[in-house]
Amino acid sequence: MAKTLTRQQHLDLYYYMRLNRAVEDTMVKLFRQNKIVGGLYSSLGQEAVSVGTAFALEKKDWLAPMIRNIGALLVKGVPPRDVFMQHMAKYDSPTKGKDGTSHFGDLDNLHIVSPISMLGDLIPVMAGVAMAGRYLGHKIVAMTWIGDGGSSTGVFHEGLNFAATQKAPFVLVLENNLWAYSTPVKRQVPVENLADRAKAYGVKSFVVDGNDVAAVYTTAKEAVDLARAGKGPILIEAKTFRRLGHAQHDPAEYVPVEMKKYWEERDPISRHEKFLFREKFLDEKGKKEIEAKISALLEKERDFAENSPMPPAEFAEHGVYCTGDDCHKIRAKWERPVAEVTPPKSKVSAVWKVEGFGSGKGSGGGSAPIHFGDTETHEQKEEAVAPNNGARSAAKKSAKKPVVAAARKAKR
Amino acid sequence: MAQVTFLDAIKQAMYEEMERDPTVVLIGEDVGVYGGAFKTSEGLLAKFGWERVIDTPISESAIVGAACGMSYLGLRPIAEMQFIDFIVCAFNQITNFVAKGHYLWNAPAPIVIRGPAGGGVHGGPFHSANPEMYFVHTPGLKVIYPSTPYDAKGLLKAAIRDNNPVLFFEHKFLYRRIKEEIPDGDYVVPIGKAAVRRQGKHLTIVSYAAMMHTSLEAAEELAKEGIEAEVIDLRTLAPLDSDTIVESVKKTNRCLVVHEDTKTGGIAGEIAAILCERAFGHLDGPLMRVTALDTPVPYAPTLEEYFLPNKEKVVHAARELARY
Repeated sequence: MAKTLTRQQHLDLYYYMRLNRAVEDTMVKLFRQNKIVGGLYSSLGQEAVSVGTAFALEKKDWLAPMIRNIGALLVKGVPPRDVFMQHMAKYDSPTKGKDGTSHFGDLDNLHIVSPISMLGDLIPVMAGVAMAGRYLGHKIVAMTWIGDGGSSTGVFHEGLNFAATQKAPFVLVLENNLWAYSTPVKRQVPVENLADRAKAYGVKSFVVDGNDVAAVYTTAKEAVDLARAGKGPILIEAKTFRRLGHAQHDPAEYVPVEMKKYWEERDPISRHEKFLFREKFLDEKGKKEIEAKISALLEKERDFAENSPMPPAEFAEHGVYCTGDDCHKIRAKWERPVAEVTPPKSKVSAVWKVEGFGSGKGSGGGSAPIHFGDTETHEQKEEAVAPNNGARSAAKKSAKKPVVAAARKAKR
Repeated sequence: MAQVTFLDAIKQAMYEEMERDPTVVLIGEDVGVYGGAFKTSEGLLAKFGWERVIDTPISESAIVGAACGMSYLGLRPIAEMQFIDFIVCAFNQITNFVAKGHYLWNAPAPIVIRGPAGGGVHGGPFHSANPEMYFVHTPGLKVIYPSTPYDAKGLLKAAIRDNNPVLFFEHKFLYRRIKEEIPDGDYVVPIGKAAVRRQGKHLTIVSYAAMMHTSLEAAEELAKEGIEAEVIDLRTLAPLDSDTIVESVKKTNRCLVVHEDTKTGGIAGEIAAILCERAFGHLDGPLMRVTALDTPVPYAPTLEEYFLPNKEKVVHAARELARY
């Protein structure tokens, strides 16, 4: 699978994973120097998930990161200084000090939606982004991430089910790092693969080794292509491991030592590096060059961040409301004829039908015992003209019918 | 000029805005094929098509979340709550995601969340709520609760055009009970501006939504006894037009707040505080309030009538206040 990528793509994935880790290493230093205002969350060992998935998006596509997706932001084009300044609550940061961590966005250029700490809320929001993109003719895909922990929220269900009913061009990456704070995944979700849940929504899903960046990328690319072609939404479960605690304060002593060791040996960066060396895509000299490039960049970015001022205190009062056109000119960008969505062209007959609805077709394609159909099946019609059967046997017969139909279909 | 009901005013506002602006879409439960539980969106699907009138699963968080996401690309979605009671199912999405977006990351969310609210129709504890104060307490939201068809239409249009998330409460008791002549064609009523419905000099009655009509009836009754009440219709609860209240109370020196919301934490308490801060020296008596009881909305007509404020309770309180 990995062979389908070009040398340059392999090297880009490597660069962004290295950058991701270096940015976070820098922040650990800043944290120890008390320069980070709040908590610091780590994606150590999970870089392949953030980088590999975001790398499958195009510039026009939209994403919304979670707390451990700094890598995705870097791939999308966020400069490291923004990440540093966010954590340091600086005035030049994207939120000007009003929020920290990866909680920032950019509607106009990079198409990033800011997350909130309540997990799962981004899922319906990004479904809405995907629907608006389709409505305006943008041909975009929207992507967001959720953890194994966040997948237990109610809004995960509401959001994914809603996205499925809308066939939204939306990709949800379920980053299964085996731990929700101190609770192991087995105590949160009693299923083997979290991706199995997709079936319940009639959604296609993939399971991928989250520590193999090339595999993550090719899977994500397939998912993004499917979503863009109207086959969405798609769920990807990336299996990985949270190598550090929930945040800097947490030594994660509840994690078995052997488990840590197992995953350290599967470090996504070392693995990819070995592959690059084996394929002769990279040598020691090339590696040194990449390291030098990253450290020069981060030194500059860190300097900028450290020199940025704290926001002036009275700034706390500003910005609760958008004050109108002087504040934000909200204009939709139409990339399809507006006439298609305005009368008379937009007109539909008041009663419309969902394909498959009423004929007893379930999401898997087989027949389901739907008893409230608005169209009669051929068999129902036959039954209606067969008066000899008593009411009792007719009821029996109709109860059996879907099973028979499903079996017939399966034979074909 | 035509006589329209409150319900028709809502319908007209949505229809005209969708016709005027193709970025306006409607999303909610049963808003399309069925035309809404109260028929406020009847005919919209046939006119504007399924991409703009979106029937959803029973998922209030998804409705609000999706509306918010749509607004990030420049759409102006109207999200309907089938009954406003269900808005609390989307509480997190509204108070944490939608309301904070502009302040935190400079992302306006021009969405309207609207739905039928209020009691007096024997809807029971889960179909009669007045949950406006949860949201008045949340910075970043605008909260509208009109009392007349004219205002309902003009304020809903203003809400749709506003760049902020606006919660629009429609009192279902008023839906078909009141009619008003409203001008044909386009007009807006500004958000954040109260209306003085009746001039008076002895006391100020501050109210909104269905209780505004109760307050006006009480004022008529009081006038027979020589007590002239000034009646203020708040129309918008957030941002609150405190200037109009303060100005009126400086003239009448007495203030009675009447609302259908429960007492503790209702807007009357906030108004009392504002008057203490800004018009303390002008007050001849305590701020008084006539509100619903601090209980859930009960179902039986006898219980609900006891629970709700009415004309007699308002008249009684006003008489007492006028004696100061």
